[in-house]
Amino acid sequence: MATAGAATPRPYVATPRRGPITRLLEDERWLASALLLPTIVLLGLFIAYPFVKGVLLAVTDTKVGIPGKFVGFDNFEKLWHDNIFHVAVYNTFLYTAVTTVFKLALGLWLALLLNRHFRGKAMVRAFILLPFIIPTVLSTFAWKWMFDPTFSVLNWILYQANIITGRVNWLGDPDLAIISVMVVNIWRGVPFFAITLLAGLQTISPELHEAAAIDGARAWNRFRHVTWPLLLPVTMVVVLFSVIQTFADFQLVYVLTGGGPANATHLFATYAYQIGVGTGLLSEGAAVSLAIFPVLLLVVIIQLLYIRRVETV
Amino acid sequence: MIEGARWRRWVFFNIPLLLFIVALLFPFYWMIVTSVRPDKELYRPWNAANYTPFWTLNPTLEHIRELLTETLFSTWMMNTMLIATASTLISLFCGLLAGYALSRLKFPFAGSIGTGIFITYLVPQTLLFIPLADVIRNFHLGDSPWALILTYPTFLIPFCTWLMMGYFKSIPKELEECARIDGATRWKAMVYIIFPIAVPGILSAGIFAFTLSWNEFIYALVFLSSPEQKTVPVGVTSELVRGDVFYWGQLMAGALLGSIPVAFVYSFFVEHYVSGITGSVKG
Repeated sequence: MATAGAATPRPYVATPRRGPITRLLEDERWLASALLLPTIVLLGLFIAYPFVKGVLLAVTDTKVGIPGKFVGFDNFEKLWHDNIFHVAVYNTFLYTAVTTVFKLALGLWLALLLNRHFRGKAMVRAFILLPFIIPTVLSTFAWKWMFDPTFSVLNWILYQANIITGRVNWLGDPDLAIISVMVVNIWRGVPFFAITLLAGLQTISPELHEAAAIDGARAWNRFRHVTWPLLLPVTMVVVLFSVIQTFADFQLVYVLTGGGPANATHLFATYAYQIGVGTGLLSEGAAVSLAIFPVLLLVVIIQLLYIRRVETV
Repeated sequence: MIEGARWRRWVFFNIPLLLFIVALLFPFYWMIVTSVRPDKELYRPWNAANYTPFWTLNPTLEHIRELLTETLFSTWMMNTMLIATASTLISLFCGLLAGYALSRLKFPFAGSIGTGIFITYLVPQTLLFIPLADVIRNFHLGDSPWALILTYPTFLIPFCTWLMMGYFKSIPKELEECARIDGATRWKAMVYIIFPIAVPGILSAGIFAFTLSWNEFIYALVFLSSPEQKTVPVGVTSELVRGDVFYWGQLMAGALLGSIPVAFVYSFFVEHYVSGITGSVKG
C-alpha cells in the first residue's frame, strides 16, 4: 500500500510479476489516454486540421496549383453578390424545410402503422428500410431513370391515370427539378424516421393508452396527449440529425441534376463542388462549404443543450 | 388499435401500409426489371403503344455480362470491399477503446473530449472535402485506397464511439469490479470481461459502419481519379455515363450488383442494424 504516488490504495497493484506498462495502465488517467489516443490522432489529422485549413483557405485566393495570398473576406463578399449562391442558399433552406416536414409526417405515420401487430411485420420492417441502406447514389440512378423525359415510367403511370396529357420533363424544368430532388430525398429519409420513431413508440407502455382509453380518450386524443409528448425527445434528435444531413446533402443533386438546369437546383455542397473542384477555385469553394458551418453550429448547440437537459431531468 | 368495422381496418391500416411498401420498393423493382430488359425494349418511349413497363418477355443477362467484362466494375467492387472493410475495422477498434474510456473511466477533460467527439459526429463530409483534399495531397495519399481508408473513420469513429458508450453503460459495473477483486488488471478486465459482453454492440456498430462506408460518395469522388482506383458509387457515376450517353441497362445492372453486398450483410443482421440505427440517435 505504500507504493509511491498511488492515489488510492489498491490491494493488487503491487503484484511483482506485473511489468511497468501494466502498472501504468492501472492508472485510470493513463489507461484513458492510451485508449483515446488512436481516435484523437485520426480525428485531429482528418477533421480538426482540415477544418483549420479550410478556414485559412477561405481567406486566400488559392486556385488549383497556384498558392494564394491573404485576401481577407473577399471570397465571402463575392458570394454575397453571387446570384447562383443566392439560389443555392434559397434552395438549401427550402429543400431542408420541406423535406424534413414530409419525412417527419410520413415517417411518423409509417411508424404508427408498424407499431401494430400484423402478420409478416418483421419482413415488412426489413424491406421498408431498403431505401435507407442501399447506397444512395445507386438508388438515385434508378430514380433518374424513372424521371427520364422520354422513357419515364412515371409519365406512363400518370398518363394511364389520366392525370397528364403530354410528357412531363421532371428534371428539365427548374421548379419541377427541385421538387423531384425533394421527392427522392423524402423517399430515402422516411424509413430512417419510421424506424427510429418506431423504436421510440415501442418504449411507450401500452398501459398508458389503455388507461387513456378507459378514461374515454378517442384515438386522436390518445395520440395527441399520450404518444406525442412521450415521443418528442426521440423526434427532436432524429429531426436534428436529419436537418444536418439534408442541409449538407450532395449526392442526390449531383446525380439527378448536377445543379442544373441553368444552376437552378444547386445546394451549398454541389455549388462548392462545382466551384472548388470543377472550376478549381479552391478558396472560393472552401468559402461556400463553410457557409454550412453556422447552421451546423446552431444544430450542435441545440443538440448539446437539449441532451444536457434530458440528462439532468 | 383500430376499433370497429372491417372497412376501417382497410382504410386506416391495410391500404396506407400497402401504399408505403409499394412507394418505397418500386425503384428497386424498376432497377431489377431494367437490368434484364433488352435494349430495344428499354428505349421505347413511354407513350409508344407497345410500352410494357412492368415486365419483359425477353429477359436478358446481356447488360450484366457487358458490365462484368467490358467495364472495371469488378475492380470497383473489390476496391469498395477492401476500403469498407478496412475502415470499418479501424473505426471499430478506435470506437471500442474510446467508448470504453469515455463511459467507464474518470480522467481530466473526459466531458470535453466526449463533447468533442460528439460534435465531429455531426460534421457532414461536405463541409470539409475541399481542404481535406489538400491534406490528402500533402500526405501523398491521393488516388490510393488509403485516402479513403484513413478518412472514412472520421465519420465512422464518432458514430462507433457513441454507440459503444451507450452499450457499455448498459453493462453493470459490478462485473468488472468482481474481476478486479479476483486479481485482474484494468486492462484484462476490459479485454476479457467487458468486450466479450459487448459483442452485440460491436456487431451493430460494425454493420452500420460497413454500410455507411459502402455508401460514401463525395470523398471517393474527390480523392480518387484513376478509373481502376474508384469505388462502386463513383465508378458507376463517372465511368458508365460516357459523354452524355447513359447506358441504362448497364447502369441499373451496376446499381443492382453494387447494392448486393450491403443488402446481403443487412439481411443477415437486420436486428443488429436496426439497433444500430436507433442507437445512433439515442441521447
